[in-house]
Amino acid sequence: MADAALFEFLHTEMVAELWAHDPDPSPGGQKTSLSVLKGMGFRVGQALGERLPRETLAFREELDILKFLCKDLWVAVFQKQMDSLRTNHQGTYVLQDNSFPLLVRMASGLQYLEEAPKFLAFTCGLLRGTLSTLGIKSLVTASVAALPACKFQVVIQKA
Amino acid sequence: MSRPAHRRPEYHKINKDLFVLTYGALVAQLCKDYEKDEDVNKYLDTMGYGIGTRLIEDFLARSCVRRCHSYSEIADIIAQVAFKMYLGITPSVTCNNASRNEFSLILDKNPLAEFVEELPAGRSSLCYSNLLCGIIRGALEMVHLAADVTFLKDRLKGDSVTEIGITFLKKLDEKKYRRKK
Repeated sequence: MADAALFEFLHTEMVAELWAHDPDPSPGGQKTSLSVLKGMGFRVGQALGERLPRETLAFREELDILKFLCKDLWVAVFQKQMDSLRTNHQGTYVLQDNSFPLLVRMASGLQYLEEAPKFLAFTCGLLRGTLSTLGIKSLVTASVAALPACKFQVVIQKA
Repeated sequence: MSRPAHRRPEYHKINKDLFVLTYGALVAQLCKDYEKDEDVNKYLDTMGYGIGTRLIEDFLARSCVRRCHSYSEIADIIAQVAFKMYLGITPSVTCNNASRNEFSLILDKNPLAEFVEELPAGRSSLCYSNLLCGIIRGALEMVHLAADVTFLKDRLKGDSVTEIGITFLKKLDEKKYRRKK
């Protein structure tokens, strides 16, 4: 079966290449590369959402869905659970991973802080895509205070 | 959140699908960025090469393969150990010439193309799985073996099988080339 390592290697290469081949180093250009990665993550997240076991689709509450992302989806994709989930009970959720596998290889602490967003873009898209398949429209952003810990902020969009 | 979730069988599938789906999204993106099939193929090969140069360490650490004495042994290891470990399939190996430096890996099933029924319209020269060629080439180079790796046949292009050709270019160094970990 395809090793988790294979996905990690592919992801690292995608971040490196999509960045390298974008000739525009300005903030506008960087945004394009990030949105390309997010878009790809979104497509994959949607497809993954469609492959989830049927019973997971019968959720009662929004919070159950977020808990599902933190436990089951994260374990399936990253072999670990999200470390914490907080919410203001008004549609905003903060998911914290203290040891995010796609950042762990890079460094610890404050080195490469600037590079970190590139390594989170795909996963933001993935979360948004899976939520979309589960019937939830959202905006997902990520932030890093110190590698390899990061936070994903999910804001539910009301119709 | 402290109760550990055990790895249900369907999660293993999700993990496997993750790589295949991500690869599909990558190919789709490259097809958007590049008009010519040759450019997409080249890009996939280059990316594969980058992956291969790093994957080899991962492979050697996990597999504990012994030192090889012939290209034939290496081809066997690629098919029976590496492909099995990372993609869950075991291609068959054939030797294509008398000097025993040209081999073919014949894939009955190509996991990368699991969700692909046919090539996109207007993309008849696309080597969909070209990443694999780059990976093999990059990995071999890190153990001081130069090789040409290309797709000789592809089911997606209408061939009966999918076949990867490996041509070893330099004589295998007799001295020990792999440091012990």
